[in-house]
Amino acid sequence: MTALPTKRDETWRYSDLEAVARVWPVATHAHVVPAGETLALPILLDAADDAVTIEDHEIEIGASAQAIVHVAITSGRLGRVFVKVRLAEGAHFELTGAIVGGGSDTHEIVTRVTHAEPNATSAQTVRIVLGGQATGSYLGKVAVARDAQKTDATQSAKAMLLARTATANLKPELEIYADDVKCAHGATVGELDAQALFYLAARGIPPAEAKALLLRAFVGGLFEGTPDETRFDAAIDAALEKML
Amino acid sequence: MLKIENLHAEIDGKQILKGLSLAVNAGEIHAIMGPNGAGKSTLGYVLAGKPGYEVTDGTLNFLNFDLRDMAPHARAAAGLFLGFQYPVEIPGVSNLQFLREALNAQRKGRGEPPLSGAEFLKIARAQAAALGLDPEMLKRPVNVGFSGGEKKRAEMVQMGIIDPKFAILDETDSGLDIDALRAVGAGINTIMRKPDRAVLLITHYQRLLDYVRPDFVHVLADGRIVRSGGPELALELEREGYKDIAA
Repeated sequence: MTALPTKRDETWRYSDLEAVARVWPVATHAHVVPAGETLALPILLDAADDAVTIEDHEIEIGASAQAIVHVAITSGRLGRVFVKVRLAEGAHFELTGAIVGGGSDTHEIVTRVTHAEPNATSAQTVRIVLGGQATGSYLGKVAVARDAQKTDATQSAKAMLLARTATANLKPELEIYADDVKCAHGATVGELDAQALFYLAARGIPPAEAKALLLRAFVGGLFEGTPDETRFDAAIDAALEKML
Repeated sequence: MLKIENLHAEIDGKQILKGLSLAVNAGEIHAIMGPNGAGKSTLGYVLAGKPGYEVTDGTLNFLNFDLRDMAPHARAAAGLFLGFQYPVEIPGVSNLQFLREALNAQRKGRGEPPLSGAEFLKIARAQAAALGLDPEMLKRPVNVGFSGGEKKRAEMVQMGIIDPKFAILDETDSGLDIDALRAVGAGINTIMRKPDRAVLLITHYQRLLDYVRPDFVHVLADGRIVRSGGPELALELEREGYKDIAA
């Protein structure tokens, strides 16, 4: 794929194509996880304000193997992570993602996950905080092939808007051809809870600190206990601080 | 300590308080009683500065501060504490983290140095033990999964840790069983019954007043204080209802 993408392509619909043009074409990183093994793929996009970064990954997960992908996009004009995954029998895929966007940033996580064989599991969790005129998107598709019985796939996407001018696009999609599967998906877009903010204020916590506390609770903890915790949380904290 | 004069307040353009006056001195405990919809909770929210509650007339003085000019967090730092009728659940934020941040924000506002983690933990554990709240619960997210009684005990633990000069307790007795009521009553007495402290107890019922004896009782009806008296007034209300007294 070398032609510049257009908005007619669903996976590029909410992107910043002007920014994309600056770095196009983008190389695809191919990963093969042999049977029984584990791939850990941490992707932290925290480059400077004007940066355009697109990460494109294709992962073949062998039988009973697993791939754990951690994504945090915390700054840059365009930050995009695309992950295409194919799961063999009994394989496991996990994607945990955090997006913090301010200004006129566009940050997006796009996944295409195919359960090709039986007994595979996948879990995708994405939390998005947006201020200013930022756009944050999670476009996740899970396809379950006819033979992929006993698939267990979850998608949970939640976005918090700090300004009415910010935009969140959450699109969990399912395409299921097998009949004995569990596929759960959830998506919510909300604002900071005014009752909680007043409760914190009534105990003496100033507005900026109160918001930071609630937002850290919302995006924090995603990477707790993982090797990426310190690095990712520091980037998330810095991005939140900049926004409040 | 607290002086309210001719307070008029509204929410969404609806007038709730219509000329309320009240003075509370250091060392005093006042109870505000009254029927549903009289404006009791509104009074608490107006004092604490809840957004949406607009003061349209009157004065609100607390320790020579004009509360009308102060943001909610600044009122708390000045020594005002609102005990919530319905304490708010905050998933993902532990009680310890919340209270340490609250206490240190208040200390900063008063120009005092922050407490270290160890100093804070000592205070928090002592207060939890005094109120009969399992100290392990302090590690859990704020009010999440707490029973009604645990939430109210937790409010009192918060009050003990923050150690305010003036507490407004909005129906702290609602939803409590006898043991919790006794513990909460004892908590209020221990923390707040001091010569330099004062309390405004907002309640429907006499029963909390068996444990926390007020110096003054006021009846609030239709946005104004219509009667004031000593503790005997609460008993009279319990006997005869609000209808005749408020009329």
